[in-house]
Amino acid sequence: MESVLALRGLVLLRDSVEWEGRSLLKALIKKAALGGEQVHILGCEVSEEEFRAGFDSSINSRLVYYDLFRDPLNWAQTGEALPGGPLGALQAMCERTDPGPVTVALDSLSWLLLRLPCAALCQALCAMSRQHACRGGGPAAGQLCVLGLLHRELHGPGPMGALSSLAQTEVTLSGTAGQASAHILCRRPRQRPTLETLWFSVLPDLSLDLQGGPPLESQPHPDPHTPQVDPASHLTFNLHLSKREREAKDSLTLPFQFSSEKQQALLRPGPGPATSRIFYEPDAFDDLDPEDPDGDLDV
Amino acid sequence: MFPELNNLLNTTPDRAEQGKLTLLCDANTDGSFLVHHFLSFYLKANCKVCFVALIQSFSHYNIVGQKLGVSLTVARECGQLVFLEGLKSSVDVFFRAQAEPHPLQFLREANAENLQPLYEFVREALKPVDDGEAAWRCPVLLVDDLSVLLSLGMGAVAVLDFIHYCRATVCWERKGNIVALVHDSGDTEDEENNILLNGLSHQSHLILRAEGLATGFCRDVHGQLRILWRTPSQPTTQRDRSLTYQYKIQDKSVSFFAKGMSPAVL
Repeated sequence: MESVLALRGLVLLRDSVEWEGRSLLKALIKKAALGGEQVHILGCEVSEEEFRAGFDSSINSRLVYYDLFRDPLNWAQTGEALPGGPLGALQAMCERTDPGPVTVALDSLSWLLLRLPCAALCQALCAMSRQHACRGGGPAAGQLCVLGLLHRELHGPGPMGALSSLAQTEVTLSGTAGQASAHILCRRPRQRPTLETLWFSVLPDLSLDLQGGPPLESQPHPDPHTPQVDPASHLTFNLHLSKREREAKDSLTLPFQFSSEKQQALLRPGPGPATSRIFYEPDAFDDLDPEDPDGDLDV
Repeated sequence: MFPELNNLLNTTPDRAEQGKLTLLCDANTDGSFLVHHFLSFYLKANCKVCFVALIQSFSHYNIVGQKLGVSLTVARECGQLVFLEGLKSSVDVFFRAQAEPHPLQFLREANAENLQPLYEFVREALKPVDDGEAAWRCPVLLVDDLSVLLSLGMGAVAVLDFIHYCRATVCWERKGNIVALVHDSGDTEDEENNILLNGLSHQSHLILRAEGLATGFCRDVHGQLRILWRTPSQPTTQRDRSLTYQYKIQDKSVSFFAKGMSPAVL
């Protein structure tokens, strides 16, 4: 599991509305910061204050944050917006990373993909790893990790496919019964892609808690806030049985239930009334001729 | 406001949360009762409300509001409510000098790229008063509805940018709330609406989705409401909660019940 978590290159965190991925992104950022890496964050979707919430002060001081949330399109014209818009901000991040292990977090790639041409974004991502390698940090593949948060409902197969082809790892978030899971597809050079599923939760201090397998209980827990409604209250008919009624019901033999007693009764012609008789009283107009019962018909 | 809906959402006007984006969504039914609920809820909570009303007239919302116990006329006169009546002011756009900015200026421009004038209107309407003492609790932006902006020619990204800036100003800077209605046409080919709906869903703290019944119309059950609580940035020990209830809209209230538990069928 640890080898899967040693993520390098472009890592796509694909989340959905029901299974959000920002907390996993923050957990991976914390892990990188604790490992001594530089961490650069491009924040587009939430405020810096909201993003930094949950990190303790030692980690917060290691994070280099580029705020594209407050005024991404320079509407305020205060001069505080990052120059060059979203693409300029992305390129500026490339130039400011020092040699050595670096983790770059993009919150979110979806935000960038909606506002930038897909090709320009892909080129910027490729340029990022190339520039980092040129800066003498060692082999490019081992030094730079780009974590991109991607909301999978927002994009069509074209842009998703383009980003997938650039990515070394794709983590798709889903879950069941309140437990989140990550399906991790790793592509390593000259090796077959590997697919692994991890069940995890992110704790309030943003550390990752990995579970071995899917949750044992498949029943969802009843929500403690919902009052338990008794469906049998306020009815105009009775759904409950008393003890006597229940015993009588249980001892009843159903007419088509075949039991050994019934089999014996059928096989043995019993003394009970086996034949039935029909009693007929002819009235005055009946003309009964026993030899020709149909004599009264004019055929 | 509907007290039963407050119970389901576990909130009251006194305990309204701040800094939240609530997304209202309707599919195969009319979700406007949710707009009326939040309008009266936030007026009763003593919040300053900016209502961008693009669908109905002021008198319509006022009549419904009176049934729910609020007077929009009084709220507007005392400055608690800033009401942008889209149907009326859209006509003004064409009779004003072009140099004067108007929130619905995009109607006049052939290639309107963004909704910055509308954002500036909202920012100005919800500006904190400078008299030292806050008259109102927190600012609230209510939009009915965002899908019509797509119909009027704006792109989904332009509408998302408008909400982005409103979030930055209203939710983050001024610790207020935003409530917006988006229709879900159910048409997978309507890419713009799907981008808008999904994009806003990812930013929302609360999603209320009113759906028509899968089996068709019913006299006693008007639809089904799915409630999804989200925490877009913080991990939770309990996964985001989701509840589903069915409802019936009456003259002055809406009653909610568990699925299949309508009093009419019991």
